[in-house]
Amino acid sequence: MSDKDMREVYTETLIEMAGTDERICVLEADLMRATGTGSFKDKFPERAFNVGVAEANMVGVASGLSAGGKIPWAATFGCFAARRTYDQFFISANYAQQNVKLVGTDPGVTAAFNGGTHMPFEDTGLMRCIPGLVIFEPCDSVSLKSLIKQATEHKGSTYMRLQRKGKYTLYSDTDEVILGKGNVLKEGDDLTIIASGYVMVPETLAAADLLIEEGIKARVIDMHTVKPLDRKLVVESAEKTGAILVCENHQKAGGLFSAVSECLGEEFPVPVAAVAVEDQFGQVGTLEYLKEAYGFTKENIVKKAKELMGRK
Amino acid sequence: MSENNYKDLEDLAKDIRKKTIDSIGFLGVGHIGGAMSITDLLTILYYRKMHIDPDNPKMADRDKLVLSKGHAGPALYSTLAQKGFFPEEWLHTLNQGGTNLPSHCDMNRTPGIDMTTGSLGQGLSSAIGLTLAMKLDKSERNVFAIIGDGESQEGQNWEAAMTASQFKLNKLIAFTDYNKMQIDGYTSDIMSIDDPEAKWKAFGWNTDRVNGHSFAELDRAIDKARQSVDKPTMIIMDTIKGKGCSFAEGVITNHNMAFTYEQAKEAIEALD
Repeated sequence: MSDKDMREVYTETLIEMAGTDERICVLEADLMRATGTGSFKDKFPERAFNVGVAEANMVGVASGLSAGGKIPWAATFGCFAARRTYDQFFISANYAQQNVKLVGTDPGVTAAFNGGTHMPFEDTGLMRCIPGLVIFEPCDSVSLKSLIKQATEHKGSTYMRLQRKGKYTLYSDTDEVILGKGNVLKEGDDLTIIASGYVMVPETLAAADLLIEEGIKARVIDMHTVKPLDRKLVVESAEKTGAILVCENHQKAGGLFSAVSECLGEEFPVPVAAVAVEDQFGQVGTLEYLKEAYGFTKENIVKKAKELMGRK
Repeated sequence: MSENNYKDLEDLAKDIRKKTIDSIGFLGVGHIGGAMSITDLLTILYYRKMHIDPDNPKMADRDKLVLSKGHAGPALYSTLAQKGFFPEEWLHTLNQGGTNLPSHCDMNRTPGIDMTTGSLGQGLSSAIGLTLAMKLDKSERNVFAIIGDGESQEGQNWEAAMTASQFKLNKLIAFTDYNKMQIDGYTSDIMSIDDPEAKWKAFGWNTDRVNGHSFAELDRAIDKARQSVDKPTMIIMDTIKGKGCSFAEGVITNHNMAFTYEQAKEAIEALD
């Protein structure tokens, strides 16, 4: 278990990189306290820009900073990052081939007490429609740090779904977490469960343990990079286990389930199912309440896995 | 300084106008109105004011321009071609498949274009980012931005307006092409931006108001803006949409109009 919240790791990683790379800048839209980048501003005041409550402008400014040779990391709640700045991120950042690292925090049900207005169940889907964009969602502090560094080195824009609060360590410092490559967390022959993010990866690992008690061995994958999808691993898993369950803190349309389904449809059709939000809006509540409400529990993952086994 | 000091610019602007009418006319349709209204500004910027090198479009420490009203690209292309950023023959490829000169400015296709624009309202934010990057690099250069009056209806401009003054971006010099027309009619009838100078001043900018077809007034206003120590500057240019194109000047439907190459040739002759 990490001793730090994910957002602390985010800021610390940026500070660490900014010490040796003068191109790195941080942008905020009045959520510096929420994102925790205040310490970056303390250390590098000239490279931290708070543009106020103006997310579209923030992404435009980030695009200009990139056109001037900088590497801007811009963060806001995922709902605003994806929905409010979509055209700015599409045109000024991506179409213009700029190097903007956009961060959408509080993905899916983790928006909890901010409720339905702030609950992004569609951000990955929207972002997947932007040609060439790299999209990733780290589940723990080690992968977060590693993927931020790789995204910074990547030439082009990226979108990261960031869990702000919560401490979780899955990987050790010697594990490799490579942008664009899924990680096999457990081996199994009966079905594959592909999960992403802070909410679903731990829940899926717990579900896999329950499945073993019932004699079902699941192969579990952390698919931290949604785009470009690790198609090789998806197809290999389909060949090996004959069925794939996708677990994501997002609606079914457009996200990881869609990406995996598209890949399987084209390359190796097998039965596929999802633990994901149906055609629904978000709502307010505790994280535990919302996980129950949308079926993001190990029990529901087990239920869906068993149903899927029946379709093999 | 008398108007005679601008005879060279008048000739250059006339040639840019001719090239613009010719390039749009060669295709038969395009954004003629808003291109012609900023031609005089582009002429003085690229021939008198901007530190640039046509042989080295990406030269470090150059002045930069963001044409936020990206649909006026054809006027900028004519200016850049005349300056030697790329061959003038390219102008006849405007908006043809595979061209380096697309309808709206694209920094990855056209030498000399400093920012990709076209979705209205986004350019000023990008210009702020470019200015901040220059500031971090301790550059003394300027970023110039041109926004349209219809485009001023986009709210993002006013987010950017606050940001530029908050960050004290004195190196940012912007222009509003106040030709008072937009696609659907007169700006005052659709969504008035009256009185733009007061609006920008209220957002903490230096402001100025000039005849956008007077080199003397543009010259003075740009030099004054360069003296600013702690504020961005917005120069409101009173302009005529379609200026200098005989069949388009002041015509309310000239935002994007179709015309024949014969009409183009006649309009070009009329400029002499």
